[in-house]
Amino acid sequence: MISTLLEMFSYAFLVRAVVVGVLVSLCASLLGVSLVLKRYSMIGDGLSHVGFGTLAVATAMNAAPLTISIPVVVLAAFLLLRISENSKIKGDAAIALISTSSLAIGVVVISLTTGMNTDVCNYMFGSILAMSKDDVTLSVILAGVVLAAFVLFYNKIFAVTFDENFAKATGVKTGIYNMMIAFLTAITIVLGMRMMGAMLISSLIIFPALTSMRLCKKFKTVTLCSAIVSVVCFSIVVVLSYIEATPTGASVVLVNIAAFLLFWLVSFAKGRIRK
Amino acid sequence: MTLITCRDAAFGYEGSTAVSGLNFEVRSGDYLCVVGENGSGKSTLIKGLLRLKSPLAGSVSVGGGFGAGKIGYLPQQTAAQKDFPASAYEVVLSGCLSARGILPFYSRKDKDTARKNIERLGIEPLCNRCYRELSGGQQQRVLLARALCSAKMALLLDEPVAGLDPLVTRELYRLIKEINRETGLTIIMVSHDIHSAVKYASHILHLKTKQVFFGSTAEYLNSDVGRAFIGGHYQAEGDRDD
Repeated sequence: MISTLLEMFSYAFLVRAVVVGVLVSLCASLLGVSLVLKRYSMIGDGLSHVGFGTLAVATAMNAAPLTISIPVVVLAAFLLLRISENSKIKGDAAIALISTSSLAIGVVVISLTTGMNTDVCNYMFGSILAMSKDDVTLSVILAGVVLAAFVLFYNKIFAVTFDENFAKATGVKTGIYNMMIAFLTAITIVLGMRMMGAMLISSLIIFPALTSMRLCKKFKTVTLCSAIVSVVCFSIVVVLSYIEATPTGASVVLVNIAAFLLFWLVSFAKGRIRK
Repeated sequence: MTLITCRDAAFGYEGSTAVSGLNFEVRSGDYLCVVGENGSGKSTLIKGLLRLKSPLAGSVSVGGGFGAGKIGYLPQQTAAQKDFPASAYEVVLSGCLSARGILPFYSRKDKDTARKNIERLGIEPLCNRCYRELSGGQQQRVLLARALCSAKMALLLDEPVAGLDPLVTRELYRLIKEINRETGLTIIMVSHDIHSAVKYASHILHLKTKQVFFGSTAEYLNSDVGRAFIGGHYQAEGDRDD
């Protein structure tokens, strides 16, 4: 086991993938708690589709993917947030509209330029080889910002997540915190997208929060637990996908499903014992 | 001291007026009940007084420092809140946030305020319980404790007894009256339970998409609109008993 791990970490690309993956999982799970509880899970999904579209356009233009993806996805995040705030039902449909449109644009742009090749498949379902040095730098910065934001604004994030109207009525600038969460979510998604795949990245946001909510009864423990679950799941996947050569993105989703079922079973058993 | 003065004010959603012709005053220490049927603009008015909405017409002036940092608010619960994973203590403490400003963490004083309000409402045993596992009445008490943490001047309550059983309802009304009497906190409550409104409130504001009555409870009981509304409700309840 140890020799396998040592062997793994002798590959520079794998070290990069592990660093980016762990940090992105951590950020996604923290942001996910707030997004899931605010019923904004679909925003995460919508953003990843927008991200796919921007990747396709960036490839067609021969530009660095991050320089196009980050601003466009951040803009989309603010837009989706606005739509969701105004009306719940319309917002739902609007998110579906935006995600399918960007997916369609991406696919058309790709087939007009490079054609459907392995690159496209990698965008959709992720590749562990995709991480560059820049990605590592950016994800370290991002993780620092998300962690700092979570520690410093923890109480405000709780208040805004639990009851936005109350928070606003008592003088908390809820708009700023919503935008902060949307902004950080957008960056997390862009970073994680190429490793996890545009179709699968939203699982990183949604699963850990849902999993820890099976067992945890306090906001603080839900937040901590989902961070731990997310990082542990990703670490398991890295080793698994190294040994068995399984695709990273899909394996992360499967391991997260297993964790979810495990937590659900334990909470079910606990409920039974109490009765 | 006058806290709120409305002059021909109107509030609404996305351009369409929900309630208009508002002319009333709220003084410090008042217990104002806003009554009216569903869709008469009661909740919209509360959102307006909280500054979550700006008036479409007329003016709302405030005095005595009435504003965001001084108000406690008990909103109607949303579906998302009912299964929120948070302990009752975390929820109550979040009421102290308005006093925090930019500072990131709660001070000892904030925690004392939360403790004090938890004791006042008798919810110490619920502190470490999960909010979603509490009964409707217990959740309302937790939210009331949170509102009290931020209420330095006034408490605004939007249908605080909706969905509660009669016993819990009476208990909650008693508690709110007690807070009003003992601390002198101004109460503004939205309710369609007219009988409790006239029993506890000092002033009544009756809405029917526009203001149809404002005055003291005694005046309301002697007014045509008051008699008609209360009488109608007695009638309706009598029918239900048959």
